[in-house]
Amino acid sequence: MNEWILIAGMAALTFGPRYLPLALAGRVRIPPLIEQALRFVPIAVLSAIITQTTLIRGGSLDFGLGNAHLLAAVAACIVAWLSRGLFLTVAAGMLAYGLALWLI
Amino acid sequence: MNPARLFLTGARDTLPLILAAIPFGIVYGALATSNGLSQWATLAISLFVYAGSAQFIAVTLLASAAALPVILLTVFVVNLRHMLYAASLMPWVSALPQRIRVLMAFWLTDETYAVVTNRIARDPQLRGLPWYYCGSGLAMYGNWILCTWLGIALGQRMPNITGWGLDVAMVVAFIGIVVPALQSRAQWACALSASVCSLLTWDWPHQSGLLLTALVAITVGVVLERRDNRASKMPAYTAETPTAAQGDGSK
Repeated sequence: MNEWILIAGMAALTFGPRYLPLALAGRVRIPPLIEQALRFVPIAVLSAIITQTTLIRGGSLDFGLGNAHLLAAVAACIVAWLSRGLFLTVAAGMLAYGLALWLI
Repeated sequence: MNPARLFLTGARDTLPLILAAIPFGIVYGALATSNGLSQWATLAISLFVYAGSAQFIAVTLLASAAALPVILLTVFVVNLRHMLYAASLMPWVSALPQRIRVLMAFWLTDETYAVVTNRIARDPQLRGLPWYYCGSGLAMYGNWILCTWLGIALGQRMPNITGWGLDVAMVVAFIGIVVPALQSRAQWACALSASVCSLLTWDWPHQSGLLLTALVAITVGVVLERRDNRASKMPAYTAETPTAAQGDGSK
């Protein structure tokens, strides 16, 4: 595969959605239904990525206590819910990951 | 506050997110080169695309021999959330020259968006927002390029660095963004259906399951939100978007 076609394509498909609304600011408004749907995109996509990265380890589903990613994710969820702070969440998640690796 | 102070404040407020991005950037650099991308292409993607999670997904797909259109389509879908971010920033940029909007668009990430909207919420009358925004954007961007380069170098010396599970930093950072955002019943339903659907479709070829998952979860969210808004006798749109109304008055 040609790497530069990949890079040019990614650049266009990244910049386009970021710039289009800013370019049109002051001229048009997004239809309400589209804007409502777009508001769910971060939650939908990030939740899917979080779930897959956490639970699909080594090519199969892993709900076991030996899954360090799962333990880190659970710790991060609890801290994120209680503290609402990103920094604390990342620190707690990494700490839990280190502890889990050490204990397992 | 003068422009230079605003610029530095923007960079400083972004610090926790910069720290969380460090392992993420290093793993991206190491993973991309070990997945067969050349060193220059790996760095060029950080320089010219600058898309965090989308870069990660692209190089993961590259390793699973996904077709180019599938990679590009996935990148586009993963980046669609930035369109919403940009849309919500529309009221604040309508008086700015296009070249500044181009710069703001290029530096629009989850991190900078979170920091900037937090600032707007605390200080809606803030003047010189572009300075603050660009301080945050440049700090994230510089750090990202540096960490990519570091990852390329470390990946050479420690080929198994991608096996250390450093992608866990990305996962917990995403959790830190998503979990506090879950307020309404519709948002919870969207997150839960995305999780379930992503587990049912994870082995679909070329991660096409991710696209279906996004569609299903977004639909669940929109349908539930409309129903809840109708139940509370509020118009479906205005109930959830106070900023759109503010935007009209600010011009």
